[in-house]
Amino acid sequence: MSKDISIKDNLTKGFFRENPVFVLLLGLCPTLGVTTSAINGLGMGLATMFVLILSNVVISLVRNLIPKKVRIPSFIVIIASFVTIVDLLMAAYLPGLHEALGLFIPLIVVNCIVLGRAEAFASKNPIGHSAIDGLGMGIGFTFALVLLGGIREILGNYSIFGFKFMEADGILMFILAPGAFLVLGFIIGFFEWRKLKKA
Amino acid sequence: MEHYLIILVSAIFINNIVLSRFLGVCPFLGVSKNTSTAVGMGGAVLFVMTVATIVTFLIYNYLLLPLNIAYLQTVAYILVIAFLVQVVEIVLKKVSPDLYQALGVFLPLITTNCAILGVAILVVQNEYNLMESVVFAIANAIGFTLAIVLFSSLREHIDRADLPPAMKGVPAALIMAGILSMAFMGFAGLV
Repeated sequence: MSKDISIKDNLTKGFFRENPVFVLLLGLCPTLGVTTSAINGLGMGLATMFVLILSNVVISLVRNLIPKKVRIPSFIVIIASFVTIVDLLMAAYLPGLHEALGLFIPLIVVNCIVLGRAEAFASKNPIGHSAIDGLGMGIGFTFALVLLGGIREILGNYSIFGFKFMEADGILMFILAPGAFLVLGFIIGFFEWRKLKKA
Repeated sequence: MEHYLIILVSAIFINNIVLSRFLGVCPFLGVSKNTSTAVGMGGAVLFVMTVATIVTFLIYNYLLLPLNIAYLQTVAYILVIAFLVQVVEIVLKKVSPDLYQALGVFLPLITTNCAILGVAILVVQNEYNLMESVVFAIANAIGFTLAIVLFSSLREHIDRADLPPAMKGVPAALIMAGILSMAFMGFAGLV
C-alpha cells in the first residue's frame, strides 16, 4: 500500500474517513482531558502532530535496522524522546499553555494514535509517505480536539477561542468533566449517523 | 492517619481517575462490556499501578534526581512500566498460575493504560513521600475499579435498550459515562 495512494488521499484521510478520534476511537484520554476550550484543543493537537510527524520520520528511517522482536520498545523510546522535546519547548516558550495541558503532555507517549501509526504505517513505508501520514493524522486529531473544545467552550463559557460573544455565564457543566463525555458521545453519534445514511 | 484517609477518599471519589481526570479511558470503554472482565482489569491495574508507582518513585528520587537528569522522566518511566509489566507477567506465571490465568489478557494491555504513567507522574507533581505514594496508587486503582465495574453493569443494561441505531454502542456508552461523571461530582466538597 505504499506507492498507489495519492498524497492528497494520504493527507485528508485523517479528517473524516479515518479520523483517529471520531472513527478509530484512539487517544480518547487527552481528547477528553484537555478540551475545555478551543485553544487548549489546538495546542494539544499541534503538540501531538509534532510528535507524530517526527517519530514517524525517524521510525521510517530506522525501520530496516531494528530487529522485529524489539521494535515496540524501540518505537516507544523514540516517541518518548520527542515527547520530552515538546514538553521542554512548551515549558520554555508557551508556559501558559504548558500549565493548562499539564499532565497530558508527557502522556502523549501513551497516546495510542502515535504508537498505532508507527506500527501500522511508518514501520512499513518510506520517509516521505510516513511524514505525510503523520501530518494527515495530526491534522485529523487537531480537528477533532478543536471541534470538541470549541463546542464545549461555546456552550460552557459562551465564547470561542477566548472571545466572549454573550455577556453571561455559560452552562458550566460543559466545561467540567461530564460535558466532555456528553459532547464526545453526541459527536461520535453524528459520525455514526452519517456512516449509516451513506450505507 | 487522617492525612492518608483524605488522600484515599479524594482519589477514589472526588478526583476519580477515570471520571474526573480522564486517565485510562481506553480500557474503561474497551473492557467494560461485562462485569467479570471489568473486575479482572481492575485487579490487574491495582497490582501493576502499586508496583509501578513504588519503582518509579525510587528511580526518580534515587537515580534521576541525584544524577540531575530529571528531564528524562518520561523516557525512564515508560521503559520501567513496559519492563515491569513483562516481569510481573513472568513472575506471576511461575508463582501464582491461578492469578495469572485470571488476569490473563489484561496484563499486556496495561502498558498502554495512561492511568499507570499518569499516577507515577502525579506522585512527583504532588511531592508525595513513599508511603503517601503507595496510598495514592492504591486509592487510584480502587477508583478505577469502582468506575469500570459500575460502568460495566450499566452497560449490560443499555445494550438491551431500544436506541436509535447511530447511538448504539460507544456513543450511548459515552453519554452514560457523562451522567456517571455528574453523579460523582456530587462527592465534591466531601473533604
